[in-house]
Amino acid sequence: MQLFDRPSATPRVAARPARAGAFDLRGHSQHADRAFRWIALGAAAVVLVVLALIAITMTDRARPVLGRMGLGFFTTTTWSVPTNTYGALGFIFGTLYTAAIAIAIAVPISFGVALFVTQAAPRWLRKPLVYAIDLLAVVPSVVFGLWGLLVLEPALGLQSSFLTAGVILAIMITPIITSLSREVIETTPTTDKEAALALGATRWEMITAAVWPHSKGGLVGAVMLGLGRAMGETIAATLVIGNTVHVTGNPFAPGYSMPTVIANEFGEAEPLHKSALIALAVTLFLITIAVNLAATAIVQRSLRRSGGK
Amino acid sequence: MTAPDLRARRSWRSVQDRLVTGLMIAAVVAVFVPLVAVLVSLIARGGGIVLDSFPAFFTEEVPRFSRREGPGMGPAVIGTLLATAAATAMAVPLGVLGAIYLHEYGGRGRFARLVRFMATVMTGVPSIVMGLFIYILWTIRFGFSAFGGALALACLMLPVVIGASEQMLRLVPNHLREASYALGATRSRTILTVVLPAALPGIVSGCLLAVARAAGETAPLLFAVGAAKAFNWSVLDEANTALSMQIFSNAMDVPAAQDRAWGAALTLVLLTFLLTLTARLVTGRFALKR
Repeated sequence: MQLFDRPSATPRVAARPARAGAFDLRGHSQHADRAFRWIALGAAAVVLVVLALIAITMTDRARPVLGRMGLGFFTTTTWSVPTNTYGALGFIFGTLYTAAIAIAIAVPISFGVALFVTQAAPRWLRKPLVYAIDLLAVVPSVVFGLWGLLVLEPALGLQSSFLTAGVILAIMITPIITSLSREVIETTPTTDKEAALALGATRWEMITAAVWPHSKGGLVGAVMLGLGRAMGETIAATLVIGNTVHVTGNPFAPGYSMPTVIANEFGEAEPLHKSALIALAVTLFLITIAVNLAATAIVQRSLRRSGGK
Repeated sequence: MTAPDLRARRSWRSVQDRLVTGLMIAAVVAVFVPLVAVLVSLIARGGGIVLDSFPAFFTEEVPRFSRREGPGMGPAVIGTLLATAAATAMAVPLGVLGAIYLHEYGGRGRFARLVRFMATVMTGVPSIVMGLFIYILWTIRFGFSAFGGALALACLMLPVVIGASEQMLRLVPNHLREASYALGATRSRTILTVVLPAALPGIVSGCLLAVARAAGETAPLLFAVGAAKAFNWSVLDEANTALSMQIFSNAMDVPAAQDRAWGAALTLVLLTFLLTLTARLVTGRFALKR
């Protein structure tokens, strides 16, 4: 039973305040009112406090290694704990490379599914499909890592590499890209689509002529949000990436990435080593934030322009 | 993209259309292959150990020597529940109150816009970064505990709860608020007795989804929870463990340990699915519709 879809019925919730004695109209509620406002404001401010703390504590702890390595931290690939040499380029490369593989696999599949669900699937099939894909989104990442390591790799005869990490990341970011693209595609005005169909266009021609021009901005944003997810994802990648620094285009080579090296080495690290790993975390943080903000801006602009939410 | 040439021959165009529809269906199949494959592996390899030693798998401690075969994962179940519950107890009240401020008081003001923007930024913080942050802030001083993990999880949940709650508050029709003001209710009274009850099912459902995600997280717990193998019922004291961490550490271990990892994975997936399903039911039965 829905609460508000029957105009003649009295909404159940509206009946509540009418209960006798529900209100205290005698005075001191003024103070309570103001106090509540301040409490709510304090809760909202927690977000700012936490982010400020993250920024301050992390950059503070990252300083020792940056002082020692300088800009070389970002431009060299030698990561040697015994000699206290920390160059992050290999990990930055691994992060970008695995994320790129993940995007290359996930994007065509996500767009295909989003188009199928919104344009081609019979009506009864749409909801179950969406539910099933959402289910994929709640499977914990460590479970995908376990499956990738013990089932997928032996089945395909692969060793842990950039490619296997990319495949597992692709599986993990497909649900988010799919659901965002679905939202964007659904805002295409029906009139545009019907106009195309009325001119005799096939469904695919309707998609290229009406849906695509309308939603390409939002789709770019959806892909970038997926990219941000793929770069920050840690545990699944740690299990299947191979954990060896290689700067190579060969996708079958074992690799390493920023989040995975943090997960592997931080537990037993010496102070300067810890500082280097925290500096990696700050780098990762800045890259993902930049990608995410750009993506959010693009998605929101596109949804607003098309009269969505 | 150029407009399609409608004068091209009909037959080629319909073939092309079918081809593309076929590709879409192939994409759907490509999504379901891994989902089904993961579920099958979980049931085949995790179901075995869980059922063979039922209920010992959930009541016995993790073996000291990973070579030993058999159960259990009891401490990990408890650890996951403790950390997730403590995180929920922190993030949900804060998040809902924050959302109330943003929607009911802040509106389009500068402070509310700043908080909204920063909440978006916070959603994008990688979970491993949150783990390191809590390590620096908490673990260095107070040592391993389920609570440290809960802090990291709460930081991840907070922006999600704020976002979901604000969206639900937005759906509460304004005439409800006006009716309440007309009866002489103060603003806080109106929010607590009219607006919040109306939005509650949606908020509950959004929070359950956030909890489901948090329960499966590993990276934020890595440097905060520790690696206990015995039961620890305390939230604040001593090292604890969690299902996700046991899966992670046992995955690269000997086959006996990998078996336990599969059992833990099945347990964790069932837990998250249960939370998601409850969220769906709550939305389906009680929530306001857009």
